[in-house]
Amino acid sequence: MATIIKSYEPTFWDKLYIPALVQGLLVTFKHLLRKKVTIQYPEEKLIPPEGYRGLHRLNKDANGRIKCVACDMCSAACPADCIDIIPGSSPWDDGKERYPVSFEIDLLKCIFCGFCEMACPEEAIELTEIYDFSDYTREKLIIDKDGLLDVYDKTKDKNYYSNSQNLTIKE
Amino acid sequence: MDFLALLIICVKVLLVFAATMLTVLLMIYAERRISAFIQGRLGPNRVGPHGLLQPIADGIKFLMKEDIIPAGVDKPIYLLAPAMLLIPALMTFAVIPFGSDITLFGRNIPLQVADVNVGILYILALTSIGVYGLVLAGWASNSKYPLIGGLRSSAQLISYELTMGLAIVSIVLLSGSLRLNDIISQQQGHFLSWNVFKQPLAFLIFLIAVYAETNRLPFDLTEAEQELVGGYHTEYSSMKFAMFYMAEYANMITAAALTVTLFFGGWDLPFLNETSMGMLGVVLSVAAFILKTAFFLFLFIWVRWTFPRFRYDQLMNLGWKVMLPLALFNIFITAGYLALTI
Amino acid sequence: MTFLFYFVACLTIISALFVVLNRNPVYSAVMLVLCFFSIATLYLLLEAYFVAVLEIIIYAGAIMVLFLFVIMLLDLGREAALPKLKKLDKALSLFLVVIIFLGILTLTMWAGGDLHQTLNPSSVGDIKAVGKALFTDFLLPFEVASLLLLVALIGTVYLAKRRVK
Repeated sequence: MATIIKSYEPTFWDKLYIPALVQGLLVTFKHLLRKKVTIQYPEEKLIPPEGYRGLHRLNKDANGRIKCVACDMCSAACPADCIDIIPGSSPWDDGKERYPVSFEIDLLKCIFCGFCEMACPEEAIELTEIYDFSDYTREKLIIDKDGLLDVYDKTKDKNYYSNSQNLTIKE
Repeated sequence: MDFLALLIICVKVLLVFAATMLTVLLMIYAERRISAFIQGRLGPNRVGPHGLLQPIADGIKFLMKEDIIPAGVDKPIYLLAPAMLLIPALMTFAVIPFGSDITLFGRNIPLQVADVNVGILYILALTSIGVYGLVLAGWASNSKYPLIGGLRSSAQLISYELTMGLAIVSIVLLSGSLRLNDIISQQQGHFLSWNVFKQPLAFLIFLIAVYAETNRLPFDLTEAEQELVGGYHTEYSSMKFAMFYMAEYANMITAAALTVTLFFGGWDLPFLNETSMGMLGVVLSVAAFILKTAFFLFLFIWVRWTFPRFRYDQLMNLGWKVMLPLALFNIFITAGYLALTI
Repeated sequence: MTFLFYFVACLTIISALFVVLNRNPVYSAVMLVLCFFSIATLYLLLEAYFVAVLEIIIYAGAIMVLFLFVIMLLDLGREAALPKLKKLDKALSLFLVVIIFLGILTLTMWAGGDLHQTLNPSSVGDIKAVGKALFTDFLLPFEVASLLLLVALIGTVYLAKRRVK
């Protein structure tokens, strides 16, 4: 047996439409007074949630030396093949034999998957919460070892965006 | 007519013109800000304090843009159409009184550009002339979307002008005059003497018809950016496009002022006798008029960002099968009441 | 005032000529609107404000918009689509025009006093006077005219309905 489902029949009150219109107007008026969701970007910046995968950094150890041992694990794990490491023997005498002579990441190739972070045995490479690092040329978006170490200095004291000195706009 | 009288008229004309244009600019700003607020955004807030200079920046941009005349347009009419829309829109405000009489240099100056004894008909005539701008712009563009927009606007405006006229007739029946000054003086006194309370149905019909007349949502089928890509002004660019824009807002301002005049006592403040209060009364009356008009302008924007657009058949059904009989019914009741009481 | 009258009168005639002589229907329609406007201005000069405004509302505002609507809907805007008139047609229409013009001329010349009445401006421009005249002296023509419009309305509805089937 098929059941007949009666669709909604508007009552006379509904057919006047005016009450419904007033109701609609009230809804939009409430929205008019509500807090706005816009973030005024250069002046105020969105603080990304915990675990956000943004720009990479290369960590330093307690002596201020690069943690990376140039094992190429990150490069091997990278699905986008954006990490380019040239290893060399370490100039320091602290038990590590290798260190990266050059460490380059092509940010235009990178897909920010975080696999490098997981593959790293030394916890040397990490993704930070920095998301605004656009530039005008492809060359400028290949970040080298010094750049990655700089990022570490900028972000080691936790959140980059709530740190007020980074919020001043350079005109 | 002596020199001083001529000067006073010129000053009044300039004043009203400047006020209208300024309000147009403010309205463009207000529309963008309020629409943004309703949608939880901020809207333009970079140019000047709170973005108040944004419309001026827009104006400069419009002036600097290339004035494109597409190939295949009917040139004379294509060039004429924006003016044909804008001029009636700006002329309409001439008969609306915006304050009680002012006494300056020993003269009684009514705050109104022209006190025409057929004031309401003058407004109706000019709004019906405004259609030509839309229709001819649509036709002269030699393009599908503008043509459809133009056709729609002509049908829509004729349908709703009838309703609007009939709603006004019931007001005219009450006041016994077509002069807007008489209609205002007849509404003076306390709150309940305003025509909204005497003629609520007429007010509702008039308000809806006015939205259709000014091509505002929910009746902006002539523009309908989603289906007609801007309708009649699709092919227009630069300052000519800006003229369409200005005309739309000028029409809104006049419509709001007319609503206030016909149904909310014009410049009248309830429980006050402005004419006996001298200069203060004049200032108060002008302020009251501006405030009331501002509310209706806000309502225009508020409604636009609340209701979805009508479908074309719904529009026609509403106009001819609901609004027109209701307006006739209202006239019947009003005339019957007046015949019985007088 | 007299200068204004002659200017507007010339404008009326010129725009009316344009209506007839122009091959593009849209231009003719626009010129007809201009013609209505100048006629309304002539009424204004006679201080018949009500009649002037009615002229604009009814003719320019409603009827001509409908005309334009039809012209645009049927896409008659292209001059080339119009057929050329034959010589016989031209001669016939010219003949008719001349006859009618002479008729009007004789009427104005010889009818004398009837057409040169001085009107009381206040009664012409007054909406009350118009209303009173319509509902007392001219009640029968008024009602007959409304009946005629009703017949036309019903006829249109009938025609439109039949075409749908």
